[in-house]
Amino acid sequence: MSDIVGSEKLLREFAPQIERTGKTGKLWIAFLIVVICFGWFALYWQISRGHIVTGMRDNVVWGVYIVNFIFFMGISYAGALISGTLHLFHAEWRKPIIRMAEFITIISLLIGPCFIMLCVGRLDRLPNLILFGRIQSPITWDVIAISTDIIGCILFLYLALLRDLGKLRDFAELKVPAWRKKLYKVLALGYTGTPEQQLRLKKATDVMAGMVIAIAIIVYSVLAWIFSVTLQPGWHSTIFGPYFVIAAVYSGTGVLIVAMYFFRKAYHLEEHITLQHFVNVGVIMLVLGAFFGYFTFSEYLTKWYGSEKNDEQLIQVLLKNYFYLFILSNYVGVLVPLIVVGFKKFRTIRNITIAAGIVVIALWLNRYLIVVPTLETPYLPIEDARETWQHYSATWVEWALTAAGAAMFCLLFTIGSKLIPIVQVSELKEEPIEPGDIYLK
Amino acid sequence: MENKKKDDNNSRRNFLKLGLLAGAGTVAAGTLLASGKKDSGESGEKIKVLTTSGEVMEVDKNFLTLAPVGRVESHQGIPGRKFVMVIDLAKCKNARKCVEACQKGHNLPKGEEFMKVYLLQDSEKTAPYWFPKPCYHCDNPQCVSVCPVGATYKRSDGIVLIDNERCIGCKFCMTGCPYSTRVFAWKPDKEYEINQPYSPEKSVPGVEGTVSKCDFCPDLAREGKLPYCASACPMGVIYFGDIDEDVVTNGTETFKFSELIRDRSGYRYLENLGTRPNVYYLPPVDRQFPVERGLDGLDEETRKRFDNTPFVEKLKEKEIKK
Repeated sequence: MSDIVGSEKLLREFAPQIERTGKTGKLWIAFLIVVICFGWFALYWQISRGHIVTGMRDNVVWGVYIVNFIFFMGISYAGALISGTLHLFHAEWRKPIIRMAEFITIISLLIGPCFIMLCVGRLDRLPNLILFGRIQSPITWDVIAISTDIIGCILFLYLALLRDLGKLRDFAELKVPAWRKKLYKVLALGYTGTPEQQLRLKKATDVMAGMVIAIAIIVYSVLAWIFSVTLQPGWHSTIFGPYFVIAAVYSGTGVLIVAMYFFRKAYHLEEHITLQHFVNVGVIMLVLGAFFGYFTFSEYLTKWYGSEKNDEQLIQVLLKNYFYLFILSNYVGVLVPLIVVGFKKFRTIRNITIAAGIVVIALWLNRYLIVVPTLETPYLPIEDARETWQHYSATWVEWALTAAGAAMFCLLFTIGSKLIPIVQVSELKEEPIEPGDIYLK
Repeated sequence: MENKKKDDNNSRRNFLKLGLLAGAGTVAAGTLLASGKKDSGESGEKIKVLTTSGEVMEVDKNFLTLAPVGRVESHQGIPGRKFVMVIDLAKCKNARKCVEACQKGHNLPKGEEFMKVYLLQDSEKTAPYWFPKPCYHCDNPQCVSVCPVGATYKRSDGIVLIDNERCIGCKFCMTGCPYSTRVFAWKPDKEYEINQPYSPEKSVPGVEGTVSKCDFCPDLAREGKLPYCASACPMGVIYFGDIDEDVVTNGTETFKFSELIRDRSGYRYLENLGTRPNVYYLPPVDRQFPVERGLDGLDEETRKRFDNTPFVEKLKEKEIKK
């Protein structure tokens, strides 16, 4: 087939990347494994000694774990939205970065839910969620939505991978163990790129791209509703659904840019991922950042202006105890990307990456400031002599498991890039554009 | 009603329901447990009991303990009842006997309190007051709505209970409750290790990694007794009763609920949240004690709880000025 010959050059270029791992790569993987092992130890510590070893107490019952859960679910959304939308709009420039976005989606979707489990007091009773599930509970909505999302995203990623898997199978020069060749063969499902197959694949990918966007919006809204259906002063807000969706994609674009930067360095992709890609994704990030700033502003403005007793109390705590975090997450995290990407002279790869890094941190903090201060300012004042009962601060157990989650993310990302080229090798222009394209004509 | 639930009995605990015939006379709830495996030693003293099928049996005294209602039965409320509590803030002086009795009755570790006493002050110029807070057993309970596994439920008698053997410990109910009523068992505790069959009606024994809270003591109600807090209060602050029968009592005084609420301007806390609590408060008017009396005789740890309240901060300022 002609397209298989066409991408041989690319495959040859990426072959070393998947054939062997260098010394730095091995060290990196070893480091990640050490961090993950420490996380396992922390988990053992938590299970054997009870949740008392975390910073969570009766008032702040959800802490860093839930923040991580929202965060990872959020970045998963970026891949879905970016790759789905760019696919539907036939954006040609997406090719070198789309696989990264899809990897981010799948990996964070697998890690995110683990964090909510860390927060559950009785892991042994998790089957109860299915055995005695109540559809009235937002947690049940979440279970349904997330499992649908995982299946949808894996299908979408798999469809997008199919052509590359076919090429890896047919690429005779690839020096990998026999089991991996076999793996490519099985996974390629006999795809050879006949016009009929191409058309079918295109149709399926189109359908899944649309579905994945819709499912991701639902998943993130459901996640927001877990908070906003309660009567808590900082959570009981009508804009939480769209606010969370925007914040999610925003943080996801940040993670994508950071990933682009590191993979570009590690695998020498300078030729494929150029400044133009950083600017393009950066502009998406800028637009989302503006929306995020707008939502944040209206959320806090209405609370502050109305100054209902409990809202006022919350704002006071935010500005008093969390002042720097508040400024960093809601001002710096919005303004820096606006300035860096907004003005042409600041647009360098390094600057955009730094801005993206700030966005990632700011958005994690944003979730922290949504979860923790609200729980520290309940309707009835906290009257407890124990300091840990009044103020939440995460313990080493929680940080160790957070680090383990981040390490797991990096490890799976690294392993993924060792199995499949991090840049799509099949040509996009080989994709047939149907006369009656499924969503766009 | 008791008979038809026979098949649902929890096989693990090997229930045998018996009505007491001889012995101490009548037992209100009429549920007794004969458990053959717990104590091997027989006392030799036999007691005649009536089984649910109407047969008279002789059982050794040591094999008889009062059986709490099982998990399945605890989902049904006590028929014809609708429980209500009235708390008279004018009489409360933070004696904390309600807390102590509740802790003891429910075998709770220190620091895990079903009943809490707050020192509240609604605004700067208004008077501070002591505010005992049990679970409100709301008619529109947020906690029940959000529970993903039905581990917390509302019964026909108005009581909201938790099944600690089903709870997964997600703590969503704790964020759902606007009154900070629920507590979590953060660590394994020796208080939880008592040899007693678990019953949601007793909330005993506690289960690590699950949520629990004030249960309105339905096990005591079945015996015609007041909850631990109500009977322990030396001031008679806490009235318990039935809203349909329109009667509440603190053990010494009995009132018509509707008249008490009308004459004393009873209200419910944070009515605007729409949770429709079943606990009413009588405002702290014509008080029997000055509010600072509540700070007397407290142990160090308990006293420190109120250090950050505006009232205590003001007291300290005054002392420093002197």
